[in-house]
Amino acid sequence: MNDTPQPLWASEAFWKKTAIWVTAGSFIVLVVLTFDSLSQTKAGGTRVPAYSVINKKIDYQYQAKLFKSIPVIGENEFLFGKELTEEEAFQLVDLGKKTSQAKNCMNCHTLLGNGAYFAPDLTKAWLDQGWLSTQLREDAMVKFLIDPEKNARTFSSNRKMPNLAITEAEAKGLVAFLKWMSSIDTNGFPYNFKTIYAEQ
Amino acid sequence: MSTNGLEGVMQSGNHACAKIRARWTEFSQWVNLDSNNLSDGQKLAVKYFTVAVILFFAQIVFGMLAATQFIYPSFLYEILDFNVNRMVHINAMVIWMLYGFIGCVYWLLEDESKTEIVGLKLGNIAFWVLTGAVTLVVLVYLLVQIGPGKTSSLWLINEGREYIEAPRWADIGIVVVMLIFFYNVVATFSKGQWSGIAGVLTLDLVALAGLYVAGMFYMTNITHDQYWWWWVIHLWVEATWEVLVGVIMAWSLMKLLGVKRKIVQTWLYIEVALMFGSGILGLGHHYFWIGTPEYWLTIGGFFSALEPIPLVAMVVHAVYDSGSHAFKNGNHPALAWIIAHAFGNFFGAGVWGFMHTLPQINLYTHGTQWSASHGHLAFFGAYATINIAFFYLAIQHWRGNVWMSGQSENAWRWKWALGLLNVGVVGMTIALLIAGYEQSFIERAVEGSTWAGYFSAQNHPSFQSAMIWRWFFGLVTFAGLILLIWDLLTIGKTETRKAQEIISE
Ligand code: HEC
Ligand code: HEM
Ligand code: HEM
Ligand SMILES: [Fe+2]
Repeated sequence: MNDTPQPLWASEAFWKKTAIWVTAGSFIVLVVLTFDSLSQTKAGGTRVPAYSVINKKIDYQYQAKLFKSIPVIGENEFLFGKELTEEEAFQLVDLGKKTSQAKNCMNCHTLLGNGAYFAPDLTKAWLDQGWLSTQLREDAMVKFLIDPEKNARTFSSNRKMPNLAITEAEAKGLVAFLKWMSSIDTNGFPYNFKTIYAEQ
Repeated sequence: MSTNGLEGVMQSGNHACAKIRARWTEFSQWVNLDSNNLSDGQKLAVKYFTVAVILFFAQIVFGMLAATQFIYPSFLYEILDFNVNRMVHINAMVIWMLYGFIGCVYWLLEDESKTEIVGLKLGNIAFWVLTGAVTLVVLVYLLVQIGPGKTSSLWLINEGREYIEAPRWADIGIVVVMLIFFYNVVATFSKGQWSGIAGVLTLDLVALAGLYVAGMFYMTNITHDQYWWWWVIHLWVEATWEVLVGVIMAWSLMKLLGVKRKIVQTWLYIEVALMFGSGILGLGHHYFWIGTPEYWLTIGGFFSALEPIPLVAMVVHAVYDSGSHAFKNGNHPALAWIIAHAFGNFFGAGVWGFMHTLPQINLYTHGTQWSASHGHLAFFGAYATINIAFFYLAIQHWRGNVWMSGQSENAWRWKWALGLLNVGVVGMTIALLIAGYEQSFIERAVEGSTWAGYFSAQNHPSFQSAMIWRWFFGLVTFAGLILLIWDLLTIGKTETRKAQEIISE
């Protein structure tokens, strides 16, 4: 066109430098935040409890001052009647986590709200009133996972979970995994969730 | 006896092979394409495009199966369960789009570097290795489906993490193939010439491939697991893929419309600055509720709210350039799909993304059909469209650079394919949006996301009719795709006029 000197905002070189600096800067901030987030969310911290939290009663209660619900860890409440060491608890939760991946739960359910929308969110499944009583809960969950077809609830939707060839050991691992996951501090998601301990 | 049996099997096998070969010959005679019209890099590109179209078809078939199960839950129950259909649906999508992108890059590589592709043979081997691996992975998904809760299941069957379910062995294969692809790109530019477009492309591919590795680890801690999982998913679609389509658009606008290189490259740098500047920390909109610290509510909300800005810039760029060149070009279907891309990207990612990205809203929409509404419009609008534009570009040159316009013979086909696909996806998006609002209200806000609350939302009449509408518009999408494939196979067959030469200003 013509030879008038170019303003800065129309210069290719200026935008190239800007692109490089903005990208590098954002990435460095992300890396720093990643180190911080990963260390704050190691299992055993305040946000993500140690795996042995499955030895305890876990609840999720609304805090009026914070305008959200937070997990509340209570007295002993052993899973399957046995207190586990940290290592045993880790083994059990790990088996559950691995099973959840090998059986592809995430393409029907959401976990921490991420996944598929064909079935209920599992974040607080351990605390769900659907298990009816805290005494029967563990066994009901194991039974359900082993044979969800026969133990179906479906709330008259007729949408059943299929049998996924889950063994009893795997089912116990899954229950441990679900119990541990329910203790994670998720900044108030899900909102307004009433647990099995709440007054009906 | 047993040899006889074996011979019998081999004979009928041979027979079947001969039959298939005869059919194939018939088919290719009918399609009547002449590969001599293509350069070596373009020949490699059309291989990728071909597989991309086949996988696109598979994506839609399995999407329809999954959508049917929302309406008739006993459909294929314990045969092909929802999770299997959904996994194939979204994996076929990710893979066909990656195939398409690789095809696009091979398509423009020789033109942009002004030289012949360096590792053609290696590129061909990589193509066949990748395609073989993809076939095997899909067969295992369909036939084996799930495994016991052991590490070996994650290595051999599936990893059970949405979008990146491919078993670990395939992950490693994918990385190797990506390295070969990357070598080809860098070596070809180095032999020929570098450009601004080439530089952005190369750095973007490094990031794209590197991010995939972040998704290749098993972690017991689900918070850490999802933390890295989002590095792959979000930093792909909202950072590296966006920049990749920015590169492809920049090149296309030069080639299709003759826009000046200086202008497209300046725009490209602006887009990179805006996209990475918002998208990298925008990652935080996935860290609201997975156990990560509260500062992500602020950082994620703020930066992701800025993400629509580059998408607006892209629309302005594409529309302004098209207008200022009076839409003069020799490939109308390709240009139409490029315009669809600019708007689809803006609405699907920018508008639909923005609407649920602030934590105060996301608390209720998180993990509902709201996300699926956004996911469909964004993936289709941003990434399916631009790939389809390139399919048209490729077929045009495959036919010897013939004229392809709105007045050509049978132009109704590409127009109707364009219309049906866009109406279908927009229709599904609206249906899912209604379902998503209903879920946010009833399941999330009122009932507190319990098992019972989930089903009260699912059983609600507005949700159920939304699922039927989604199914119907899915069928419209499917019809559009079938028409698209038919059009791609036949367009320009009888055309003898050459496309007009586009000369850069
Ligand atoms: C094919 C889809 C599908 C898959 C895969 C699947 N589920 Fe389910 N799941 C469902 C459906 C549907 C329901 C509701 C069933 C009912 O109400 O009877 C359900 C219900 C549940 C419930 C009770 C709901 C609640 O809120 O507490 C739990 C727990 C559960 N599933 C766990 C799992 C686990 C763990 C896996 C993986 C090992 C899994 N599911 C895999 C579909 C699936
Ligand atoms: C082309 C670019 C984009 C694509 C392809 C895309 C795709 C998706 C998909 C598929 C999901 C669902 C993920 C899942 O399965 O859980 C999702 C989630 C999300 N996207 Fe996007 N997106 C894009 C851009 C954006 C932009 C620009 C924004 C914000 C302005 C945004 C905001 C969100 C948010 C907040 C979620 C989380 C939803 C939830 O909480 O469940 N997206 N995106
Ligand atoms: C015939 C057309 C289609 C049908 C019937 C269909 C159906 C479905 C169904 C049932 C799901 C599962 C949602 C859930 O978990 O509840 C899904 C997910 C998804 N589909 Fe489709 N789909 C179709 C086309 C497409 C197209 C064209 C695209 C993009 C190019 C696409 C991208 C996705 C994505 C990204 C997800 C995951 C969404 C999320 O997790 O939020 N689909 N689809
Ligand atoms: Fe995102």
